[in-house]
Amino acid sequence: MDTHFLILAICVLAVLGAATVAGQLLKRRAGPGDLTIQNLTARINAWWVMAGVIALAFIAGQVGVVILFALCSFAALREFLTLTNTRAADHWALVAAVFVVLPVQYVLVGIGWYGLYSIFIPVYAFLLMPILSALRGQTDNFLIRVSEAQWALMIAVFCVSHVPALLSLQIPGYEGRGLFLIFFLIVVVQFSDVMQYVWGKMLGRRKIAPRLSPSKTLEGLVGGVLSASLLGAALFWITPFTPVQAFGISLVITLMGFFGGLVMSAIKRDRGVKDWGHLIAGHGGFIDRLDSVIFSAPIFFHIVRFYWSAV
Amino acid sequence: MSSLASICAILIVGFARAITAVRGIWAGAPPTPVQRIYYANHASHGDFVLIWTVLPRAMRARTRPVAGSDYWLTSKLKGFIGREVFNAVLIDRNPATRQGDPVTDMSEALTGGDSLILFPEGTRNTGDEVLLPFKSGLYHLAAANPEIDMVPVWIANLNRVMPKGALVPIPLICTVTFGAPIRLIPDQGKADFLARAQAALRDLSPDGGA
Repeated sequence: MDTHFLILAICVLAVLGAATVAGQLLKRRAGPGDLTIQNLTARINAWWVMAGVIALAFIAGQVGVVILFALCSFAALREFLTLTNTRAADHWALVAAVFVVLPVQYVLVGIGWYGLYSIFIPVYAFLLMPILSALRGQTDNFLIRVSEAQWALMIAVFCVSHVPALLSLQIPGYEGRGLFLIFFLIVVVQFSDVMQYVWGKMLGRRKIAPRLSPSKTLEGLVGGVLSASLLGAALFWITPFTPVQAFGISLVITLMGFFGGLVMSAIKRDRGVKDWGHLIAGHGGFIDRLDSVIFSAPIFFHIVRFYWSAV
Repeated sequence: MSSLASICAILIVGFARAITAVRGIWAGAPPTPVQRIYYANHASHGDFVLIWTVLPRAMRARTRPVAGSDYWLTSKLKGFIGREVFNAVLIDRNPATRQGDPVTDMSEALTGGDSLILFPEGTRNTGDEVLLPFKSGLYHLAAANPEIDMVPVWIANLNRVMPKGALVPIPLICTVTFGAPIRLIPDQGKADFLARAQAALRDLSPDGGA
């Protein structure tokens, strides 16, 4: 087995182990009835499960990673569509979105057909879905219904599919190491989320968007983004980047991740829900956990493709 | 239950979970294995399956849906699923052709120790009304079994997963909310009881009965 993988796996185990021990100590101090600690414990346990699932997918290789993110897209699409205004007249359009567009997008990503997977949803699904809805002749709220279905596909399928798409980039001198790019993206962006929470709890004063997300503070943002970017710089050895490049790219993707969380919060506020779903204990739904990755993945993909990839 | 029927049950429950990620919300009644009459809104053929899916396994085995024989006995497959898998209490909804008394059949199932699920609207609600008027069966059942709790159950979103006439479901998250139980108050009339039962169910709907 690749020694880099072994080192990273040991680091992840150490971090999760430390978090679990810290969570247990906090629980002892605060008592088992404390809701914040209960949520923290649920979150840490869910992190174990998520790390385990990602590790299994990595061991299974490219096919495993593509299938894992296709399933994430399915769960995210289910959550997003639940909150939309779609009517019975959109049924065929939505069936096509879930059972045709989603699998086709992931097959295209799996075979690495960049020319098609990068336009399949923004061009073809964009034009064909409203046709399917229009054929049913139901005009009430047509633009709203169509736009929401488009958004669901862009967010839950198109953006998420850019994570496994990293595997199809061909970087000279970095062949067969695409999984490290995925590891880098997920770890840096998710670490930023965790550190925003931690810095926000410790020093948070100035709220950035109190009506959208009362827990997001300027102190949390700066602390989280900087901590995660330093981690990104420290991980340069698994990427094709220099330490400075790794820091800069981390800055971009953690900021995109932050704004992704903000946008998805705005949608939740609009629809009057607290979480997108309930399947990840302590975190809410898949979109609650993926929101920052959703916004950072396509940007990260295109930065790497533009500056490092040969094709 | 035959092994073929149990495999079918597992497949149906698994499919329901994959499409709807359904979650039971025990808002007014805990998931304890006591004998109950669950009554729910009826918007889709899958209504019973969702309630069944969120019940704890031990309760699932002792909970039978009340369903129209005119629908469930029209093909071999439906008959197998209705009788063997769901162990449904099949009722002829047409009074003209009916052989026995539906309330007697339901009460017999209760005497056997099972819980029941019924849809007092009698037919699927495909319109804009929150609930259709209740049929009187619920009242007669309550009068014949006054010592059994009647639990209102609101099924949310399933009508969007599978609208009338649709062949393929679209995946959307569904919830099944169990409200506080009601019982027939002695001397309460039929109309009053049905109105109360309907209000208890309507209160569980997302618009809170607006």
